[in-house]
Amino acid sequence: MLIKIPKKSELSENQVTQESVYLQRRQLLKGMGFIGAGTLLSSALSSKAHGGVFDLFKEKEKPVFTRKDLSYSGQAGAENFPEKLTPEGKVISHNNFYEFGAQKHQPAELAQGFKVNPWQLKISGEVDKPITLDYDQLFSTFSLEERIYRLRCVEAWSMVIPWVGFPLAKLLKMAQPNSRAKYVAFETLHDPEQMPGQSSRRLGGGIAYPYVEGLRIDEAMNPLTLMSVGLYGKTLPPQNGAPIRLVVPWKYGFKSIKSIVGIKLLEKEPPTTWNLLAPHEYGFYANVNPGVAHPRWSQASERRITTGGLLARNRIETLMFNGYGEEVADLYKGMDLRKFY
Amino acid sequence: MVSKVKAGTAFDSPFKLRLNKVLTTKVFWLKVLIHLGALLPLVNLYYLALSDQLTADPVEAVIHFTGIGALNLFLLTLLVSPLSKYSRQAFLMKTRRLLGLYTFAYALLHLLNFLFFEVQFDLALFVGEIVKRPYMTVGMAAFVILLLLALTSFDKVKRRMGKSWQKLHNYSYLAVVLAGVHFYWSVKSEIIEPGVYLALILALLFLRRDKFRRWFKGKR
Ligand code: HEM
Repeated sequence: MLIKIPKKSELSENQVTQESVYLQRRQLLKGMGFIGAGTLLSSALSSKAHGGVFDLFKEKEKPVFTRKDLSYSGQAGAENFPEKLTPEGKVISHNNFYEFGAQKHQPAELAQGFKVNPWQLKISGEVDKPITLDYDQLFSTFSLEERIYRLRCVEAWSMVIPWVGFPLAKLLKMAQPNSRAKYVAFETLHDPEQMPGQSSRRLGGGIAYPYVEGLRIDEAMNPLTLMSVGLYGKTLPPQNGAPIRLVVPWKYGFKSIKSIVGIKLLEKEPPTTWNLLAPHEYGFYANVNPGVAHPRWSQASERRITTGGLLARNRIETLMFNGYGEEVADLYKGMDLRKFY
Repeated sequence: MVSKVKAGTAFDSPFKLRLNKVLTTKVFWLKVLIHLGALLPLVNLYYLALSDQLTADPVEAVIHFTGIGALNLFLLTLLVSPLSKYSRQAFLMKTRRLLGLYTFAYALLHLLNFLFFEVQFDLALFVGEIVKRPYMTVGMAAFVILLLLALTSFDKVKRRMGKSWQKLHNYSYLAVVLAGVHFYWSVKSEIIEPGVYLALILALLFLRRDKFRRWFKGKR
C-alpha cells in the first residue's frame, strides 16, 4: 500500500555517519572566530544549560542516551523503498524539537540525559475504555513493524526515515472511542527540569508549552498514521521524540508530535501549538501541498537531505500529500485545501 | 647596495625602509588580523560543507553562517568611526573600508549560497521568492545598498564623487536596519537573537545621532 514498486535498493550502511561525529564538527564550527560571534554569544547565554564559551576547550564527555534494539516485522519490500534513505546520523542530529533548543543541532546535544523510563501514556476523553500504557507496554502491547516514510518539514526540507511502530488506529480501537469522538488531541510531556526549552524562553524559541497537536478522527484512524517507538531498528533517541511519537507522513513535520504523554478524544477541534502562535502561517490540517505557499516561502519544491554535502543537487518537486494521495486524498473530498491549509 | 640615503636614517634601501615602516604600524597588523579573521572561518566552513561534514544540512548551515557573519561584520564596520573618535585612535579609521568590503563579501556569499545551494539555480524560484516574500525583498534591498557602497569604495571613485560620496555612504545605516529587519523576519518564532541584534543596531544609531541631526539639517 505505502510501498511503491521497488526499483532498486539504495540502502547502504556506510551512509551512516554517527551522531558523535556531527557533534564534534559542531564544536569546530563554534570555535571559528569572531565572525561566529553570534553563535558564541548564544552559547554563552545558554551556558547554564550546556557548555558555554568558557567550556569550549574542555568539553566534557557527555553520556549518550542508550538505544535498544527492537524486534519488529519488516513491511514487505521495505528494504526496497525506491528512494534513498537519509543516513541515520543525520536523522538523529537534525531535529526540530524546541523542548531541547530551537536550533536544529541542539536537541541532539541537550537531550541525551532525558529519562524515558518510567513513562505513562494516557488515552482518555470520549472513549469507553481509558487506557494507560507504561514504558514497557509501549513496546509490547502491539506488534511492531517497520515503515519507511518521507518526512516533509514545513521549512521545505525533507528526509526518508525507516520508523518502527504500530498504527495509531490499533491503540484507539483498544480504547473504544464513543460516538462523540470526532477529534484526537495529543500532548507532549511538560517537564521544564528535563526539557530546557520549556524553562528558557531563549532556548525554547518562544512557543507555548506543553506542545499540543491534533487530528480529525478519520485521519487518526488512517492506516498510514503511525505511533513510532523506534527508527533504524532501535528505540527512538530523545531528540526524535522518545519514547513514543506520532508520524503522519502526508502532513508537515510539526504535526508529528514527539514524546507523547496524553491522547484525548474530543468532540471539538483541539488547539494546536503552531496554529496558536501564527494562525496565518500554520493551519490545523497542515497537509503537504505544493500549491499552497507558506506566506514566507514557496512549498512547491523541497531539499531532500541525504548525502553529498553542499554540492548535492537535491532539490525535488514536492508531491501533493507528500506522495501519499492514493491513501489519503479521500479524507479531504470537497474541502477547499487553500482555506483549510 | 646603498642607493639614496634619507637624512637621519641608516644605510637602507628605500624599499626596506618602507617595508619596515609598514610592518611596525598598528594598522598593518590589525589588517592582517582582519583578513585572517574573515577568511579562515570561510575556508573551514566551505571545506566542511563540501565534504558533508558540516551538520546534517550544510546548505542551511552556510546560509546562516554567512548571514550572521555579514551582520557581525557590518556592525563592526559601523562601530569603527565612533570607536576611533571616543578612543582617540585615528588609525582605526584605516581599517573601515576593509571591514566594509568583507561585509559585502559575506553578504554576497550569503546570497550566492541561497542561489546555488538552496534554490539550486532555479531562477524563477529565486526571483519569485525575492519578489513575493517581504523578508527576502528587504534582504535584497540591503544587499543592493551594500553593492553600491562596495563599488564606490575605491579612492579614485571616491575622489570623483566629491560630496555625494558621503551622502551615498550614509545609506549604510539604512542597510544595517534593513539587514536587522530581514533577520528578525526570517525566523519562525525564535526572536530573541534577532531582537538582540536589532537592539544593537538601534544603540548604534543612537551613538551616531549627531551625525543624523547634521545630515537631516544639511538636507533641508
Ligand atoms: C538578496 C539578498 C538576500 C537573500 C536572498 C537572503 C536570504 C536569506 C535566507 C534564505 C535566509 C535563511 C532564512 C531561514 O532559513 O530561516 C537568510 C537569513 C539571514 N540573512 Fe539573509 N538574505 C539576503 C541578504 C542579507 C543581507 C544583506 C544580510 C546582512 C548584511 C543578511 C543577513 C541574514 C541573517 C543575519 C540571517 C539569519 C541567519 C540565521 O538565522 O542564522 N541577509 N537570508
